[in-house]
Amino acid sequence: MNESTTGSRDVPSGADPADALSEIWTLRLYVAGQTPKSITAFANLKTLCEEHLAGRYRIEVIDLLEQPQLAAGDQILAIPTLVRKLPEPVRKIIGDLSNTERVLIGLDLLPRAED
Amino acid sequence: MDPAPAQLPKSPTGIDGLDEITGGGLPTGRPTLVCGDAGCGKTLLAMEFLVRGATQFDEPGVFMAFEETTQELTRNVASLGFDLDDLVERRQLALDFVYIERSEIEETGEFDLEGLFVRLGYAIDTIGAKRVVLDTIESLFSGLPNPLILRAELRRLFRWLKDKGVTAIITGERGAGLLTRQGLEEYVSDCVILLDHRVENLISTRRLRVVKYRGSTHGTNEYPFLIDEHGLSVLPVTSLGLEHTASEERVSTGIPRLDAMLSGAGFYRGSSILVSGTAGTGKSSVAGHFAEAACRRGERVLYFAFEESPSQIQRNLRSVGIDLAPWVRQGLLEFKANRPTFTGLETHLATMHKTIHTFGPRIVILDPLNSFISATNEIEVKSMLMRLIDFLKLNQITGFFTSLTMGGSALDRTDAGISSLSDTWLLLFAVETGGERTRALSILKSRGMEHSNQNREFLITSHGVQLRDVYLGPGGVLTGSARLAREAEDTAERLARQQEIDLRRRELERQRALMDAQVAAIRAEFEAREAETLALIEREQGREAQLARERVEMAWSRKADAAPTVAEDPS
Repeated sequence: MNESTTGSRDVPSGADPADALSEIWTLRLYVAGQTPKSITAFANLKTLCEEHLAGRYRIEVIDLLEQPQLAAGDQILAIPTLVRKLPEPVRKIIGDLSNTERVLIGLDLLPRAED
Repeated sequence: MDPAPAQLPKSPTGIDGLDEITGGGLPTGRPTLVCGDAGCGKTLLAMEFLVRGATQFDEPGVFMAFEETTQELTRNVASLGFDLDDLVERRQLALDFVYIERSEIEETGEFDLEGLFVRLGYAIDTIGAKRVVLDTIESLFSGLPNPLILRAELRRLFRWLKDKGVTAIITGERGAGLLTRQGLEEYVSDCVILLDHRVENLISTRRLRVVKYRGSTHGTNEYPFLIDEHGLSVLPVTSLGLEHTASEERVSTGIPRLDAMLSGAGFYRGSSILVSGTAGTGKSSVAGHFAEAACRRGERVLYFAFEESPSQIQRNLRSVGIDLAPWVRQGLLEFKANRPTFTGLETHLATMHKTIHTFGPRIVILDPLNSFISATNEIEVKSMLMRLIDFLKLNQITGFFTSLTMGGSALDRTDAGISSLSDTWLLLFAVETGGERTRALSILKSRGMEHSNQNREFLITSHGVQLRDVYLGPGGVLTGSARLAREAEDTAERLARQQEIDLRRRELERQRALMDAQVAAIRAEFEAREAETLALIEREQGREAQLARERVEMAWSRKADAAPTVAEDPS
């Protein structure tokens, strides 16, 4: 988990286009220092990606304490924030990603509830 | 609560008037809450705070906008003469637009607002900002889930801002029963400023009130403020004390006879003068004279007209021999004409303040004052006038107000109790006698000087206003042709009396002459008699002597013995 705080970093995996979303997912996780919440978030993200997007995702971790100028670009307020850069459209998910169902909804991996 | 240090450090806002009300500005290094309804000027106030800070006090600032994009902001304030792009380029200002779209955000567990802190901290550190604006931070509540976390984070944010030592303005929209929707006043407790935008009688007025200023005294009233091409101005700035110095200098009224009535010299400089009267009694003419006299002395005069246009006033005054046009051309006299209903009272007041500030007159004329008054706002008008008069006095500006007394009401009644605010009160009134109306003037009061207590007849002639002594006699006070008639009658009576006296005098002379003549005649008669009588006496005496002599001679011839026999008469 230490690596999650060392700035942006690619986590590529083997290409395995299983369904319609064949492209590589680009996910960016914004954190601010190595806080318990960031660590939890990264762990949750990793697990979730392996389960649902195995082999076609890339995670960048951005530590705003080191690169504060990047916060404005993705309109980051809350920490941690996960931004789905690709595929479009951009999605934002805040929190430590502990609510897996909501994360999946947020990433459009599960259909949204009608209401 | 606080032990209150002698002077809390304050950061001037540079906004006209606000620094006076707050006694120097906003609390340095602390957040200030500026709240109010939508469209009341919160963003502008906050932006001006930053722009003035950057341009006047060398304090760079960060503007974090939650509602408008930086482009929108830049465009919006460009109309106030603020060039944000230039300031950003010179690193005096940092703009950060925070975009939150609830529908794009999914909450999936614990979070905090560290991202906001980082952004803000980064912006502050980049330009070395001393001032920060968060506009409107409550948008977070609609943009982000979980109010509980947000509240805790806001609390942390305000503490963090204090630790940073930046002077901050947090804006908040007014909520029901609360100053802000989310009760931000709970967190920002050092200084709270409330902006208001009210519509009364179809007229809107912006107002500002310092609700709270911990550790400092401040003006607690509602102050009107204006937003115009020069930014915000809060007014009036000077009605907080009664400390104006009273001048001994006098200014001529422009009417010599009126000067004479006012102990020979006219009004006091810096006093407030009220001219009240019913319709058509010549109030504006008196104002015109006063203005012209001031211009002749080279003083600047500002003439606020509320019922007539400048050209109408000038035309009318020309007809009584007062030509103001040259003074207008020379820039000594300026007219400002507005309908009272054009804006709210407070806005009028604020505009007047501003105009007075920029024009710098020695004399300000308001004609007429009471057109402001409607059925419901007397108290407000009075307070407005009080503040205006205070402001004028503080600046040693002589205020000249006309007031129209409604027909039917007592002459010495003025609307809104203006009279108690004025130092000199001239009353113009119409006297109706013998089928004509004539005008009269009297001085009801003139503080601090001896003044005539007599009425004067007030004539408006083609060469200005003239004052005449009224007829004061046994028949009462008369003016106009009644005065003339009465004066003629008086003359005739006087003449008749004189003739009577002359007649009597001549009669007396005649009698005296008669008497003298009679006396002379009696004397002559007496003298004649006297002479006659004396002659008779003499004659008798002569005869007596003759007889005696004859008797002695006879005796001698008879050889009488002695002379004594003379005594024995032989007969």
